[in-house]
Amino acid sequence: METATLLMMRNELSLLIVILLLLLVELFAGQGKRIPYIATGLFLVHTLLGFWPLPEGTLFGGMFRSSPLITIIKSVLNTGVLMLFMQAGSYLQKDSNRGKITEYYILTLATLLGMYFMISAGDFLMFYLGLELATIPLAALVAYNLSQMKSIEAGAKFILLAALASGIMLFGISLIYGATGSVYFADLAEQLQLSPMLFAALAFFLTGLGFKISLVPFHFWTADVYEGAPTSVAAYLSVISKGAAVFVLITLLFTVFEPLFAAWEILIYLMAVLTITIGNLFALRQQNMQRFLAFSSIAQAGFILLGVIAGTQYGMSTVIYFLLVYIFSNLGAFGVAAIVYNSSGKINIDDYRGFYQTNPKLSLVMLLSLFSLAGIPPVAGFFGKFFLFAAAAEKGYYWLVLIAVVNTIISLYYYLRVVRAMFLDRSEEPIGRIHSDVLTRLALAISVAGIVLAGVFSQVFDWIYTVSWGM
Amino acid sequence: MIEGIEVFDVLVVSTAMFFIGIYGFMVRKNLITILMSVELILNAVNINFVIFNKYLYPDMLQGYIFSLFVTGIAAAEAAVAIAIILNVYRHMKGIDVEQVDTMKY
Repeated sequence: METATLLMMRNELSLLIVILLLLLVELFAGQGKRIPYIATGLFLVHTLLGFWPLPEGTLFGGMFRSSPLITIIKSVLNTGVLMLFMQAGSYLQKDSNRGKITEYYILTLATLLGMYFMISAGDFLMFYLGLELATIPLAALVAYNLSQMKSIEAGAKFILLAALASGIMLFGISLIYGATGSVYFADLAEQLQLSPMLFAALAFFLTGLGFKISLVPFHFWTADVYEGAPTSVAAYLSVISKGAAVFVLITLLFTVFEPLFAAWEILIYLMAVLTITIGNLFALRQQNMQRFLAFSSIAQAGFILLGVIAGTQYGMSTVIYFLLVYIFSNLGAFGVAAIVYNSSGKINIDDYRGFYQTNPKLSLVMLLSLFSLAGIPPVAGFFGKFFLFAAAAEKGYYWLVLIAVVNTIISLYYYLRVVRAMFLDRSEEPIGRIHSDVLTRLALAISVAGIVLAGVFSQVFDWIYTVSWGM
Repeated sequence: MIEGIEVFDVLVVSTAMFFIGIYGFMVRKNLITILMSVELILNAVNINFVIFNKYLYPDMLQGYIFSLFVTGIAAAEAAVAIAIILNVYRHMKGIDVEQVDTMKY
């Protein structure tokens, strides 16, 4: 193999170098408070390198694939992680995290590496390895806050359910192998034919990705883990981990499982209806901000399935566009929640009463993010949802779109409940004035810019459309 | 091939193991036993891969290789899970699932 071909996995290699450099930094520079800046700087270099376009091709006999779309997805994930690192700095510099700052960065980047491999996988073995690399370190991250029972409990729930989900998924893969004799995506697409065994295999297989995306029969871990984990880890789970899994789901369904469309159409349809409805209904009664955002992110995952089920090029581009907007909006909301929790320890929605009086800028960021998540017109979230609905309606799924629209209206209630608490309600003891550091402010500014600009400029969507493909 | 044993017979065993694992995951109260149930599921998967490879596609090695990787990853998963369960024990002085219920609904 020549060096030039190996450079096709340049993104993975440079990320690996960043991880190794961080280990060296810990060895020589110790656990100082500079580490967040060093890690964010190194990752910034990696992110900028990642924007360099890569040729299309395969490596290792088809196990590893690269294409323009895959490179773009990796860049989107990079941007999200970079914003997350900028927000996480002030939390990690707290005294309670002394001695384990580098761990946070190394584990997070290891999961990101797993997601890269999962996205680029050309066979089920590479896909499985990537998925596990993206899951196991995440359990350690969820249990990061060892002094708090909640964090450890969340970690235990996460690792056990993740292991169960990947076990069931592997059983599905083994049935697929038994039916076709291959685990390569390229061979499978030609050999799969609808049979009862493959229907069972598909259902088992969807468990694994459904767990990562937290679709409804597999969502039980979501709320507990988001509540117990440190806020920046919860944000990572809801944005990056979910985004990568959604992308893998859509590519697998459109290429490998394309012959089984009749089977996965039913499964995705059911999961979409259940996910949107149950996510919304549970979000209505939440008091804890992180739990509330968890259920909101379950409901959002259900909306994404509307673009998946359409199965067209337009459907795929709406999903990617929605993911992009979702990353910006959710990171904005989680960012403000993290700042408030870290500086005042307040996490309930009622604590946000009178937030606008004391912190007008932060509450405006929260307002825009929640509007975007709810899908209120001027911001990008509206277009994201609108395109998804249009993609599903184009293929004649009118009932599904109707259910989704009704649920969007229900979701307005709980998103606006937070907005009302911040802007209209008065409080005897509002949260005091909060001064956040420069990096956090910059990350929130990027979120706001993303939310507003992605909605205003139609070029973003057109550009995504040109690199997508359909069934 | 093994004399007198069809692929179907082995699949019955592995499928039974898989569902016993899922049943155990749901009804067991001890965190370590739950972890053992997951291992049962993963071993059922390994049997499937090996038996499909041996009986149906004997000229390729994909199934054997896959089962090796599954074993390796299962060990990594168990290591992290046990580390977390150990921390649960330190906080709770026990590893019963009924104790791990600070967060609900």
